[in-house]
Parts: sequence; C-alpha cells; structure tokens
Amino acid sequence: MKIYRSHILLAIDESAKLAGVAEFKRQLEQKLIDYSLNSEVKVLETGPLGPLGSGICMSIYPENSIYIKVKIEDIDEIINEHLIKGRELKRLLYNKEAVEKYNYNYENRIVLDNSGLIDPENIEEYLAVGGYEAWEKALTKMTPNDVIDEVKKSGLRGRGGAGFPTGLKWSFTAPIESDEKLIVVNADEGEPGTFKDRLIMEGDPHKLLEGVMLAAYAVGANLGYVYIRGEYRLCISRIKKAIEQCKEYGILGDNIFNTGFNMDILIKIGAGAYVCGEETALIESMEGFRGTPRTKPPFPGVKGAWQKPTVVNNVETLSNIPFIIKNGADEYLKHGPADSPGTKVYTIMGDVAYPGLCEVDMGVTLREIIDQYGGGIREGKKFKAALVGGAAGVFLPDKLLDVKMDYTSLKEYSAVLGSGAILVIGDDFSIVEMLYAVIRFFRHESCGKCSPCSKGTQELFIIINRIRNGFGKKDDLDKMLLLADTMLHTSFCALGQSLIMPIKSALDNYMDEFLAMIKED
Amino acid sequence: MGNMIIYIKEGDRMYESIFKKYTPERENLIYILHEIQDNHPQQYISEEAINAVGKYLRIAPSHIFGVLTFYTMFSTKPRGKHIIRLCESPPCFLKGSDKIIAKLREILNVRVGETTIDNLFTLEICACLGVCGNAPVMMINEDVYGDLTEDKVEAIINKLKGEEK
Repeated sequence: MKIYRSHILLAIDESAKLAGVAEFKRQLEQKLIDYSLNSEVKVLETGPLGPLGSGICMSIYPENSIYIKVKIEDIDEIINEHLIKGRELKRLLYNKEAVEKYNYNYENRIVLDNSGLIDPENIEEYLAVGGYEAWEKALTKMTPNDVIDEVKKSGLRGRGGAGFPTGLKWSFTAPIESDEKLIVVNADEGEPGTFKDRLIMEGDPHKLLEGVMLAAYAVGANLGYVYIRGEYRLCISRIKKAIEQCKEYGILGDNIFNTGFNMDILIKIGAGAYVCGEETALIESMEGFRGTPRTKPPFPGVKGAWQKPTVVNNVETLSNIPFIIKNGADEYLKHGPADSPGTKVYTIMGDVAYPGLCEVDMGVTLREIIDQYGGGIREGKKFKAALVGGAAGVFLPDKLLDVKMDYTSLKEYSAVLGSGAILVIGDDFSIVEMLYAVIRFFRHESCGKCSPCSKGTQELFIIINRIRNGFGKKDDLDKMLLLADTMLHTSFCALGQSLIMPIKSALDNYMDEFLAMIKED
Repeated sequence: MGNMIIYIKEGDRMYESIFKKYTPERENLIYILHEIQDNHPQQYISEEAINAVGKYLRIAPSHIFGVLTFYTMFSTKPRGKHIIRLCESPPCFLKGSDKIIAKLREILNVRVGETTIDNLFTLEICACLGVCGNAPVMMINEDVYGDLTEDKVEAIINKLKGEEK
C-alpha cells in the first residue's frame, strides 16, 4: 500500500454539497498535481466533521487542522502555507479550542466514533476499524437470547423520544412463533431541529446496518426495512450502497458466515409526513396507506407490518448495538449514570456560536453542552431559554441550565430528552412568537385521524395568533392549558399528547411575557 | 382534441415503463407515485395518472387520492419548473424564515402554494429539512440553500430566472 505524508479529509454532507464540494474536490486534486504533491498528499471523502453549517470543511492529517468555509480561491493558499511550508492557515482555521474539545470527545463516542474519520461509502474502511466484528461474534458465538440479555443488561433505552428499554422491546417479539418477523428502522426524522439520524446515516451507514442485523438475529427476523424520509436523498443513496457492499462481501444474504442464517435489508422511502415518526403510522405508510397511527394494542412487536411481528427502532438506538455486543454491556455501562447509561447525540442550534452536533455521555449538564460544544451563546446575546427535545419538547429557563441531561433527571422537571434537539433562544426573541411557531408546526402536521388533535391544534393556533396580535384575553391562557391537557388525555397518538409540554413550560416560566401581550379590559 | 389523444397515449407509455419496475402490490404505491411525479414535466400527479395507477394496483382512485393529499411531497396541481420549499419550523422561524417568505411572495408575486404566471416557480412551505445548522433554509428542487437573507434570496431567484433566458 502506498504511504502518503498527508491526508486531506473532505466532509461530504448536505451543507458541503450546497457549497459546491464536488467541484472543489476536482480543483483541489488538479492543483495537487500542478504542485506535484499528488504522490505525497491524498484527498479522501468522509462524513460530516464536527462544525456543521460551515460550508466546505476539511481536515488535514496528521496535524488534524480543521478548516471551514473553504472556497476554491483558497486552495492555492492552503497548499502553499499548510502543505508546503507546514504552517497552519490561521484565516480559515476553525477555533482550535473547540477542535480540541471535539476531538477529546472522540474517546467518549459510541455512535459517531467513525463519523468524519472513515469513508462512509467504502465497506473496507469500516471493516478496518473493527466493523461487523459484533455481527460475526453474535452469529458464531452467541445465541439470540444472549444478544437480548446483553442489550437488556446494558440498559439501552430507545433514542427516538419515548425512551423505552430496547432489550425489553425485543424480548416481547423474540418468543412469538411466526413464519416471518421484521425489523424496521425508523429513519423518518422529522422533529424540527433534529438531524442526528441524517448525520449518522451519512457518516457511518454500515454501523446502522450492523445494528439492524444484530436486532434481527436477536428476535429471529430475516428481513429488515430502513424507512427513510424522502427528503434525505444522500442518506438513501449511502444506505443503498452500503447494503450492496454487504451483499458483495457475504455479510448479508444467504447462509451468512456458514451459520445457515439468512438476512436481507430493504429500503422504504417516505413522502413527507411528521406523524410517520410514530411507529404504527410508519407501518401504515410502509404498506402504502395514509400514515395515520393504529390502535395499540396489538403493539407492532406482536402484530406490525402486514400483521407480522415487527420491531421498530430508531437509527441512533440501533447504532449503539454493535458497541454493546462487541465490547459487552459492562463497557457500555461505564458511560453515563447507572439509571440511564450510554451516550446521546445532541443537535445544538439557534443563538449559539457553533451550531452542530455532539455525542456526550448521558447526565452531562445542559450548560456544559451549550458552552462546550455549542461554543456558548452567540456574541451580543444573552440566554433566555432552550427548547429541549424538538417541537414536542419543553422550554427550559436559565435557572434550569444545570439540569443533568438523562431520562430520570429531566423527568423531575417534567421535561424529556426527546430526540436530543437543543434550540437555544436569545434574549431578543419573544417566547410568545416561539410558541406560535411550535403550535403552527403541530397544526400543520396533525394527521386528522382523531378530533382532539386535529381540532385542538387548530383552536390553539387561533388563540396563540390572537395573543400574538395583541387581542388576547386573560382567560385565553387558561383555555390553552385546558385544551392541551384535554388533548393529552384524549388524543390518539403522541403527536396530540405532547403539545402540553411546550405550552405548559412556556406559561410556567415566561408568564410575564404572555401577560405583557394581553390587553386588560 | 387531436392533441389530447396523443398526450394520453404518451402518458400511458410513461406509466407502463414505471409499472414494469414494480410488482402490483399496494406497498409499492408511494414509490410509483414518487416516480410518476418526478417524471412529469410539471411535477405533479394528474387525475389520469391516478386512474392508471388504480387500475394497475387494483386500488380505488379515491384511496390513491387520499394517500396523495396526505403526504406533503406530492402535488395534485401542476407546478412550476423550480419548486421552492421553505422550512418554517421553529429553528428556522427563530432565524427569520417569516421575512424570507414575505420576500419570496413579493418578488415572485404569488401566495404560498401557487405557481408564477411564467410557470417557473412554485412556492411551498415544508417541515424541517434537517439542515438546521444553516437556518433559515430552503430547497429548490434537489438543492439546499442555507443561511438565507432577503438579499440572498433575491439573488438566487434572479440567477435561476437568468438561466432561462
């Protein structure tokens, strides 16, 4: 194998694509030939690097200097300064401190440990970092029950929002006798402010597939589906490619590793509906119907897609499985507090210096996440609130900044971890306006199956619009709470049931802002 | 009338080439609809297409219409060459997506959901596109545009208009 003195890793994600990374790569390679550096420096493609939202990002190894917002005009300067003279180009260098923290954090990563380091479109690179070892270990040395026990012992809980223990979910489906069982990956990521699943699939698609295989083996399924939302074109093509490569290498297919186990994975594409993130709605959509939720019970684990036992898991949940099986549950339990172990991927955005994503242990405080990984509040602004957990989340005020981010600690403040989205709101933005945006979103996404939700979101929208335009009355606030509470108790699925959280937390913590908008008669 | 007959025949040929790729099972409905829409020059699904799909999959056209109108990515109205999808969910709203909508409405002279007279642009609102790091964001056909400002939007639209001339 040829040895290069330097590697340039180019991050290929949506943000880079929109900045024209394909043309950039072509020009960069041409320039390296012009400078006759092409035998010393190699350009590689990888998944998203840390600082998301910064155009074309690249990292030069072995120094590990991250450059952001690079343009084609900058290529000459980078080659001259960095590659020839060996000095970092300060002008484009990403905040060194932030890079160090980000890299320091690499050791603590489980889900994203390969993202930004390997080429996601090349299975050999995944194999080189120990990929599919867990799959081989499970197939050759473990029984399906061993796999379930290990996952149970790890205490892994669903990362999609509800936080249901994964091992327990599997153990419901495993003993059922059926001619066919299914694993479905919920990659219909629609929660506003959440893009972790997209980055996992773009950065390390093989890890997700390995998780699907392990889940299938554990519950006795031979077929997996990845349900990806239609807007995520890059994810669809990367997962497709990864599946093809697995078949080529005999990791998927018939009689895998001569164990007699058969397995196949198919892709399903959504068409834009937030409610399809609900597992039964997702199943309806997979079958070709309107994506409306089904009555539970029977739960999908017993009767799911085409009435077959179906386990539906989130992308992030399944991406945790290979680590647990490969290294054992004890190793996994070293991360995070005992009652909610593991790591969590957060997406930080809004009024922070560096919007992006990070993976940290459970139980890290909200303040630490915002300050360390989001780079703190954007200059000139003060912290007012953080909307944690997506649109169906809660507004946390500054006095709760030190809350530990895990399932049990958040529950004390009737907050949820949700999908891990953290939207930071600065002091110049009105909470009334923010709540308006949240309710407007729910009004648009309510599927229309049950009246409490379809009528309730409409009524809430009228009320919040009235308040925001200065025509609100004092009893409007009580009306909103009563409506949301009624929806909590009567709605068909989690969509209608969760609106109480943003409304109640906004009213509890920022009552004065609402009162200021209300005319007293 | 003469034109009409030719059009239907051409349409049938397109549907048949799409149907060939999928078995006549209900689970393929969304795929087929995606492909018909992508192949139609006006990026929508016509009544004629609904009937053809219904015949192939043996599903009532009313059911197909129900599925079509449920998902935001499908349209039952003819659309422009460039479909603008602007995100209005909370992270983009915080960064001023409402101003961007107002600007787009002004320069295109359409309301949300409408197509410009020259059939170049259709303005749509969509849910989170998952590029919140660059909020506010919009998608025009397959391309994502982030960190939008009113000036930037105007430049993008003018550039696309210029390409037509």
